[in-house]
Amino acid sequence: MSLALLIEQLLNGLQLGVMLFLMAAGLTLIFGVMGLINLAHGSLYMVGAFACAIVAAATGSFWIGLAASLVAAAAAGAIVEVTVIRRLYDRDHLDQVLATFALILVFSEGTRWVFGSFPLYLDIPPLLQGAVPLPGGGQYQLYRLAIIGVGIAVAIGLYLLISRTRLGMRIRAGESDREMIAALGVDIKTLYTVVFALGAALAGLAGALVGALQSVQVGMGEPVLILAFVVIVIGGIGSIKGALFGAILVGVVDTMGRVLLPQALSLMLPPSQAGLVGGALASMLIYIVMALILAFRPSGLFGAQS
Amino acid sequence: MKATGAREIIANATIALLLLAVPLAASAMGEPFYVTLATRITILALAAAGLNIALGLGGLVSFGHAAFFGLGGYAAGIMAAHAFNAEPFFLGLDSTTSMPVIWLVAIVTCGLVALPIGAISLRTSGVYFIMITLAFAQMIYYFANSWPAYGGQDGLPIFIRNTFPGVNTAQPLPFFLLCYAALLLALLMFWSLRNSRFGAALQAARQNSVRVSAVGIAPFNVRLVAFVISAMVTGLAGALFADLNRFVSPSMLSWHMSGELIVLIVLGGIGRLFGPVAGAMLFVLLEHFLGGVTERWQLFLGLILLGVVLFARGGLLGMIAGKARHG
Repeated sequence: MSLALLIEQLLNGLQLGVMLFLMAAGLTLIFGVMGLINLAHGSLYMVGAFACAIVAAATGSFWIGLAASLVAAAAAGAIVEVTVIRRLYDRDHLDQVLATFALILVFSEGTRWVFGSFPLYLDIPPLLQGAVPLPGGGQYQLYRLAIIGVGIAVAIGLYLLISRTRLGMRIRAGESDREMIAALGVDIKTLYTVVFALGAALAGLAGALVGALQSVQVGMGEPVLILAFVVIVIGGIGSIKGALFGAILVGVVDTMGRVLLPQALSLMLPPSQAGLVGGALASMLIYIVMALILAFRPSGLFGAQS
Repeated sequence: MKATGAREIIANATIALLLLAVPLAASAMGEPFYVTLATRITILALAAAGLNIALGLGGLVSFGHAAFFGLGGYAAGIMAAHAFNAEPFFLGLDSTTSMPVIWLVAIVTCGLVALPIGAISLRTSGVYFIMITLAFAQMIYYFANSWPAYGGQDGLPIFIRNTFPGVNTAQPLPFFLLCYAALLLALLMFWSLRNSRFGAALQAARQNSVRVSAVGIAPFNVRLVAFVISAMVTGLAGALFADLNRFVSPSMLSWHMSGELIVLIVLGGIGRLFGPVAGAMLFVLLEHFLGGVTERWQLFLGLILLGVVLFARGGLLGMIAGKARHG
């Protein structure tokens, strides 16, 4: 395998990982602060993608669409938090799983009702079209590099937000003792809504960014949602550092597994079988990695050992 | 554990009789469609009754029971395909289309798969347990999707419904009666399990696992046994479901299926003997009648489910029989 192909696949893995981080960061923040497991996070991703595609088509500008996706996802998140999610914080995980599963049905069918079953398309903005040469020959899509850049910027931004600002201080305080922070006069209800909307906006951003690479359609959030759960479980639920690490791990392992496993197996098996077994194994690989990690560290790599 | 209330017993008997009487009447009136609908209810109820052992009694929120449902289905599909093509099945043994053998294979397979899955998953708890069971189910789902030998993504048809000695399974009514008998047996097992010493330990482990350890019972072992039994019952339902549709595909293994099984239990009433049956009835009838009125029935299903979770805890049976269960 050539060096250029290897670098290209590594970058693809990194791009997948960064996108997963945008999803996982919101999920893990919501779990860490409110103790809520939110299956409907994938629906917010879908909302972001639809908002971006529709606004971009109407205005002709991807950038306005991107801003719309942030606003739409954050607003959808805030509305859902105030109407439904708020009632679930004191419930057990089973109720949370069910209620947010119900929200997925509502969001998916509602979107299909309004926009139909046909996928929408979103073009890569002209500024980011084109490719960048890679060392060792070959080229790489500029847009995917930009996604990696956005992800890194969000990671740094989140770190600064949580460790350096007053809001971040409250979020950390809410994670460790919600009664105490309420007793100190912080409006915990509003804080929860803000955290939920923040997580939703990140999911919406991820949806809009990926929408330009794939088609925008109902159900697009579900595969990503499950991968994002794998990420936060590997990283340790509630840990943003864990989400970043887990996301990159899952992105790279999944992408490289699909490329390398069939090739590695072809050393031992005839080519047709190697492709078959390698493909099947590669599609299971991250779940195998997750099971192994949880078998040895039951609360994830960066999770609190309680 | 308090005794089951009189109203719940009446509700249970009504449900059981209704589920039997409607297909009998429909068959007599020459309406095989409603027999098939009742069969679908029965099989989904059986699958959920299996999950109810882990979820209702043990408090183990398995978000991956579709794995066992699908494995049971594939056991039926694969054996039927081998028998149809007259190929040897396993270790040179001939395959068969006889349901008792297929059921045994489905049940044993699910038990053997559930043992390692349970042993690893039960090391975790809470959200991690939910997610790791989901991950195992996804693993099997993607395997079934990408492994082309048995249809891959396209699924595997069963050309002729498998057979049962002395019963004409090609007819809707005899097949329904078989499924109904299997459901009653499973409910009988759930009932005796709940009232046994084992059931007491399992429910105690749900309520307070530290105390259970303190009296010398290892919660892990009790839960693992419950998880495996639960998977076996759901696997049997999967084999029947494949025969009902004469088709098995990876969608039986998907996480939506896992979610639906939990939904059935919660709609009906969690931990209750007839909860899965009431839930399956409600679900299939909603699907049928709402589906007849609007294509968007899942939207309304979502809203109903949301209402049940937020406001009507205890599900359908909880509303009829009153008094939420403790624990």
